[in-house]
Amino acid sequence: MAEARQTEGRDTLTVAMIGSGGSGVMTAAEILIRAAARAGYYGLMTKSFGPQIRGGEAAAFVVLSTAPVEAPSDRVDLLFAIDWQNAGRFAGELPLDADSLVVSGQVDAELPSIVTDAAPRIAEVDLKSLTRSHKGTRPNMVALGVTAALAGLPRAAVATLIDERLAGKGEAAMQQGTAAIDLGYEEAAAMTGVDGLTAAGDDGERWIISGNQAAGFGALRGGVRFAAAYPITPATEILEWLAPRLQKAGGLLMQAEDELASINMIIGGSFGGAAVLTATSGPGLALMSESIGLAVAAEIPILVIDVMRGGPSTGIPTKSEQSDLNIAVHGLHGDAPHIVTAPMSIADCLFTAQWSTHLAESMQVPVIMLSDQSFGQALGVVEKPADVAFATRRLLAEEPAEDYLRYALTANGVSPMALPGTAGGQYTADGLEHSQSGLPSSMAADHNEQLEKRLHKVTAFDYGDHWARVEGGGDAAIVTWGSATGPVREALRRLDPGGERVRLIAIRLLSPAQPRQLAEALAGCERIMVVEQSQGAQFFGHLKAQFDLPAGADLFSRPGPQPFRPAEITAMLEEWLS
Amino acid sequence: MTVEAACPLTARDYKSDYKPVWCPGCGDFSVLLAITKALAEVGRPPEEVAVVSGIGCSSRVPAYTNCYGFHGVHGRALPLATGLKLTRPDLLVLAAGGDGDGYSIGGNHFMHACRRNVDLTYVVMDNQVYGMTKGQPSPTTSPEWDSALVPGGTGLRPFHPLVIALAAGANFVARSFSGDPNGTAELIVEAIRHPGFSLIEVLSPCVTFRPEEREWAKQVHPAPVEPTDDRGRAARRVLTDDGFNIGVLYRGRRRPYQPPFGQAQVEVAEFEAEFLP
Repeated sequence: MAEARQTEGRDTLTVAMIGSGGSGVMTAAEILIRAAARAGYYGLMTKSFGPQIRGGEAAAFVVLSTAPVEAPSDRVDLLFAIDWQNAGRFAGELPLDADSLVVSGQVDAELPSIVTDAAPRIAEVDLKSLTRSHKGTRPNMVALGVTAALAGLPRAAVATLIDERLAGKGEAAMQQGTAAIDLGYEEAAAMTGVDGLTAAGDDGERWIISGNQAAGFGALRGGVRFAAAYPITPATEILEWLAPRLQKAGGLLMQAEDELASINMIIGGSFGGAAVLTATSGPGLALMSESIGLAVAAEIPILVIDVMRGGPSTGIPTKSEQSDLNIAVHGLHGDAPHIVTAPMSIADCLFTAQWSTHLAESMQVPVIMLSDQSFGQALGVVEKPADVAFATRRLLAEEPAEDYLRYALTANGVSPMALPGTAGGQYTADGLEHSQSGLPSSMAADHNEQLEKRLHKVTAFDYGDHWARVEGGGDAAIVTWGSATGPVREALRRLDPGGERVRLIAIRLLSPAQPRQLAEALAGCERIMVVEQSQGAQFFGHLKAQFDLPAGADLFSRPGPQPFRPAEITAMLEEWLS
Repeated sequence: MTVEAACPLTARDYKSDYKPVWCPGCGDFSVLLAITKALAEVGRPPEEVAVVSGIGCSSRVPAYTNCYGFHGVHGRALPLATGLKLTRPDLLVLAAGGDGDGYSIGGNHFMHACRRNVDLTYVVMDNQVYGMTKGQPSPTTSPEWDSALVPGGTGLRPFHPLVIALAAGANFVARSFSGDPNGTAELIVEAIRHPGFSLIEVLSPCVTFRPEEREWAKQVHPAPVEPTDDRGRAARRVLTDDGFNIGVLYRGRRRPYQPPFGQAQVEVAEFEAEFLP
């Protein structure tokens, strides 16, 4: 049996697999990244689909590496096309060049201009005759064999996965599956033009997880047991991941009739004592805004996860953009202090969701967590994330005194909350301004006291080191957030591998702003560059207005829908630093 | 769970000292009295009851009770109540509000709450007008009613909440009149005891903006028919009656929607295994 060639090798390999609907591209790519994970590599898989609900052309992009993968790659080393139907749609997403190897699964196919223009090396695999002459083998599994072999993955890692997947379908199916993989490895033996990966190090346990799964699991770890939501791309996977698991964990997910209902259902659930969440995207967040304000006024802890997509309006549901920052920070009417957080990697979706639940519960306040499509719908192979247990929970009035006041003024602004069922704690939660008892009041004194209380509790809270991640040193700094962080980190790894020239500051706590902490992180910096993905430079504006960003800071900002690639950031930084 | 009969609870135990904003003569005073009488009759202590509302004159009712209350945003009483009941099935959850709150801005939730059939009791004080904003037509206002916002009347056929409720799946439908607080209290007791989603449409005059509604006292009459569990028959009756039939109009047999909550079968840490490659 042909084994993978172990040539000189490379540390990172980017593979694209494309094909028309039903060709099995996604299955093949998922097995590829999983096999690589088992072999000890890190990885990142993103997907792109045509607009059809079913049956459209599909592309999977898989980056495999011996080191953590921070961003989509600049170029494609290996493209396997099971067929070429509508492949032109992926122009702009398939950066091929003369060093790329393109494997056509069809013989004598007419190659699209996105291939021919790049003049890559071309190889052919006759999937049709191969699968015809070997009964029961499937084209996508042969393609997987070729790709895995060229990537330098051990055949056994792939074959074991095939066995596991097909175990339920009987011995014959398993044999046909591994036969297809073997055919692929044999075909690849004759090909040249792409070096496989060097052997992976053995540095600990890996997880394979999407940003949306990570967010769901983080919230579950944080204690969330009730969710209500309305389906929306690209947040639905959080809900579909949570629904059966909440059931098992003693919780419940309710599909609501709309976002107005889902936000109010979770407010009702939280009023009753459950830790709660909803997940949505920009259009849903816009619908929820009024009631998030209710949770501010009535001091009800809730977590709202916004998996951002291109906007405005319906925008680009399947592509990423960092353009909901303004609505998340400023979208509530009145003076409505609340928390806005953002994860900075797929794995960090887990931590940030868990932390956000902790913040909501501790301060009895709504938290909006801004994830985005490029985390949510991407599959990452990451180091096993740590389970950080946060001790603080909701402050309850378990035995309310005679003179119990639900909104009593306290030193830190957080008042003990009586849950329904607690005798002597009865109060009415209200969106109307109220006195300390909760009864409606339009008196200036009550308004000012309660406004101050609600602001104080979120500004006085100790957020510790979690407000941001600060890496490296030097007299220049990049300030960024969310999904822009990975490409920036990769660019800095190339330009400043020792981390001595440029600091990276990725902000996790967007609101309330932490100007003093940012100033400390920037101490000694002469030059500052802000990197973000929005047309309107929303983050830059927010930093200037709320974080006291020093005058003279530079900006690199553009809208989605294409993700930042490290080369784009590297080129910009080279010029900026020179 | 309940207090034993040594010291029976009375309507007063469910009433707060907070003075209502309602106009003198408003029908909602009597509905508040009916609600507190009904709660005393049911006998759950006030801390085990939650009264949930949206916005409007009648939606002010939670703070006038001595129960846990939630006065939310306009139109969203039912989702609030649904989230509370699903996570706290031990509580008695009562939603209350008006025709604008429930049938206009909250119309979609009304339909879906009926369809979902969570064990809630929904008391709608229908006065066929927006009172808090001082006299605009609501979905139940007659087409010719003249107002500053819609001069000459809406020209629109009024919304028929009881038929919508029946079609959408409400499990108990009744109509009452605020002028009869004892009768209203009896209907609320029955609605609370009936499993699933119960709607009580209370004709509750707005004496300020619809003074002609005082005449309702003369027009209401007991429904001349027995309650039915046949949805079609109930719908036909309420579509063809004069709108003043008082009593239980429909008792359904649907099972309430209440998935289990709070009984964990696994530890959260067990989900970690699925992320191993």
